[in-house]
Amino acid sequence: METGALKRKAAQIRMDLLRMIHRAGTGHTGGSLSNTDILTSLYYRVMKIDPANPKWAERDRFIASKGHAVESLWCILADRGFFPKEELETFSRFGTRLIGHPNNKVPGIEMNTGALGHGLAISVGMALAAKRDGRSSRVFCLMGDGEQAEGSVWEAAMAGAHYRLDNLVGIIDRNRLQISGPTEDVMGLDPLDDKWSAFGWHVVPVDGNDVDALVNVFEAAPEVSGKPTLVLAHTVKGKGVSFAEHVPKWHHHVPNDKELALALSELSAELGSLEQIKGGQA
Amino acid sequence: MAHGIPNRQVICETLLGLAKEDRDLMVLASDSRGSAAMAPFASAYPEQFVEVGIAEQNIVGIAAGLAHSGKKPWVTSPACFLSMRSIEQIKVDVAYSATNVKLVGISGGVSYGALGMSHHSLQDVAVARAIPGLTVILPSDRHETRRMTEALVRHEGGVYVRIGRNPVEDVYDDDEGEFVIGRAVTMREGSDLTIIAAGETVRVALDAQELLKEAGVSARVLNMHTIKPLDEEAVVRAARETGLIITVEEHSIHGGLGAAVAEVVVQRCPVPVRILGIPDEPAIAGKSAEVFRHYGLSKENIREIAIRMLGSGEERPWTRSSF
Ligand SMILES: Cc1ncc(C[n+]2csc(CCOP(=O)(O)OP(=O)(O)O)c2C)c(N)n1
Repeated sequence: METGALKRKAAQIRMDLLRMIHRAGTGHTGGSLSNTDILTSLYYRVMKIDPANPKWAERDRFIASKGHAVESLWCILADRGFFPKEELETFSRFGTRLIGHPNNKVPGIEMNTGALGHGLAISVGMALAAKRDGRSSRVFCLMGDGEQAEGSVWEAAMAGAHYRLDNLVGIIDRNRLQISGPTEDVMGLDPLDDKWSAFGWHVVPVDGNDVDALVNVFEAAPEVSGKPTLVLAHTVKGKGVSFAEHVPKWHHHVPNDKELALALSELSAELGSLEQIKGGQA
Repeated sequence: MAHGIPNRQVICETLLGLAKEDRDLMVLASDSRGSAAMAPFASAYPEQFVEVGIAEQNIVGIAAGLAHSGKKPWVTSPACFLSMRSIEQIKVDVAYSATNVKLVGISGGVSYGALGMSHHSLQDVAVARAIPGLTVILPSDRHETRRMTEALVRHEGGVYVRIGRNPVEDVYDDDEGEFVIGRAVTMREGSDLTIIAAGETVRVALDAQELLKEAGVSARVLNMHTIKPLDEEAVVRAARETGLIITVEEHSIHGGLGAAVAEVVVQRCPVPVRILGIPDEPAIAGKSAEVFRHYGLSKENIREIAIRMLGSGEERPWTRSSF
C-alpha cells in the first residue's frame, strides 16, 4: 500500500477502534491511538504475512509487548481478513476471544501478552530461531515507554545484541505518558536512545505518527548488520482525537456518546482531507 | 448492600488516617496509584510515598530495603503481577529475611474480567501460602478491611493481602469487633454443614445460607479471612460438629482456601469437603459476576450442592471438578 492509502487506513482504523471501545464500554484508548500508525505501516506495507495462511513459516512476526493496546490490532487483523469483521462486536463481551489483550486463539496473534516486559524476550527467541533455521523472517516487537521500567526488557536487550540479531526490530511507542502521568515523572527514562545504544542496538529515532517516515525506517532495517534495530518512535498518546491527545486519563478512558461523535467527526474530516489530496494527485 | 466503597479505597483511607502519626508508614506504587486508590496518599504524604514505575520486582526489593531501615512499607500493585512477577523477592527479601513488608495485591481474582489470564490473579493464594513465614489475608467488606489495615500496621512481619477492584457488599452489620490475624469469624451458626469462604465470596456464602435456611438446612458460615496461618481449630470444629464442608473462593481450585481446609480436614477429621473455585483453565472472559455465575460461585449452586451432599451421598468428597 502506498503511503497516502496507509494514512487513510490509519484514520479508518482509529474510527473503528473508538467505535469498538465505546460499544464495549472498556478499552485502552490512548495507547491504541498512539500506536495505530506503527501497526498500519507494518500490517499493510512492511510485514511479510498471509492472512489466508497465518502460520506460514516464512512470515514476519509481530509481538505486541504493550498488549493492553490491542484494540488497534484487533481492528487491523479483522480488516486484513484474519477473522470476520463482525467479530469486533464481541470485543470484551462474556466468552469472547477478542479480550482486552492479544490472545493467540485468534488467527494472526503469535503469543499471549499483557503482562508488560515479556515481549522482547519472546521476540529474541523468535529471531534466534529464524537465524538458526536460515529463514528470512523478521521479528517486530512493540513496547511501551513506561514498560521500559521492567528489568526484563533490559535482559532481553542484552541478549538481542549478544546474538547479533539483525532480523529483530524493537519499537518503543515513546508517547511519554503512562497510567500515572508523564514517564519522566513516574520513572525517568531519558536518555533512552543512549541506553539502547549502550546495550548494543542500532537506534533510529522517528516520528511515530508519520507513516512515510515509519515505512522508510522499517524498510531500511537492519541498517547495520549484526545489530538489532531499535526504532524510537516519538508519538502522541491519544493521537488523532484532539481532546485525548497528551491527556493521561485517556489511557483507559472510554468515550461517551458525545465524545465518540466528536472524535469521529475529527477523524472523518482528516479522512476527507486525505481523500482530497488523493483526488488532487489523481 | 453494596456500599459503593471498594476495599482498596478503604485501605488508602485507613493508612491516610494513620500516616500522620506514624511517619515511618510508607506506601509504594508501580504505576498503580490509581488502581490502588492511593493517589490521595501520594498527594498528602509525598515524603512517605515512593513511585517505582512499572517494575514489580523492584518495588518489593525497595520495600524490603526500606523495612530493613525501620520503615513500614505497604506495597500496592495489581495482585496478578505482585504475586507472580515479584514472587522471588517476596520469598527471599520479605519472608526469608523477615522484613516488615505489607504486600497488597489489588484487583485480584477475576476483577479484571475481560483482560484475560495475564490479568487474573487466581494462583496467588496458592503461591503465597507455600512461602514459610508469609501471612495471607483476604478481607471481606469495608469494615473488615479497615480493621485488618489497623491490625496490620501494628503487626510486624511479611503479609500478602488480596483484595478485589469493585465496591463490595457489606457482610458485617456494623463497625464493631476486632480483627485477629489467624482467627476465623463465625458469621452464622449452623449444624448441618459448614460453608467456608474468604474475601468477596463471604457474601455469596451468607446468601447461600439464607437460601438453605428456607430449605430447612442449618448451615454454618465461617469467614476464613486469614488463609495462613489457617484457623485449624475452627476447621476441625466445623468438621466434627457439622460433618460436611463446602469452600468457596475466587481462586483456582488448586492450592487455595479449599486446599488449605482440605489439608487440615483429611489429616485431622476426615469428612466430605467440596471445593468451589475456578477450575484448572484460563478463566472465561467477562465481568466478575458473569464469571462467578459461569463457574457456579453462586448462592443457588451452593444450595444445590449442599442439598445433594446432605441427601443422596452421591457426592464424593474427592471429586475435583468445580461444579
Ligand atoms: C507487568 C505489568 N505491570 C503492570 C501492568 C499494568 N499496566 C498496563 S498498561 C500500563 C502502562 C503502560 O504504559 P506504557 O508502557 O507507556 O504504554 P502506553 O503509554 O503506550 O499505553 C500498566 C502499568 C501490566 N500490564 N503489566
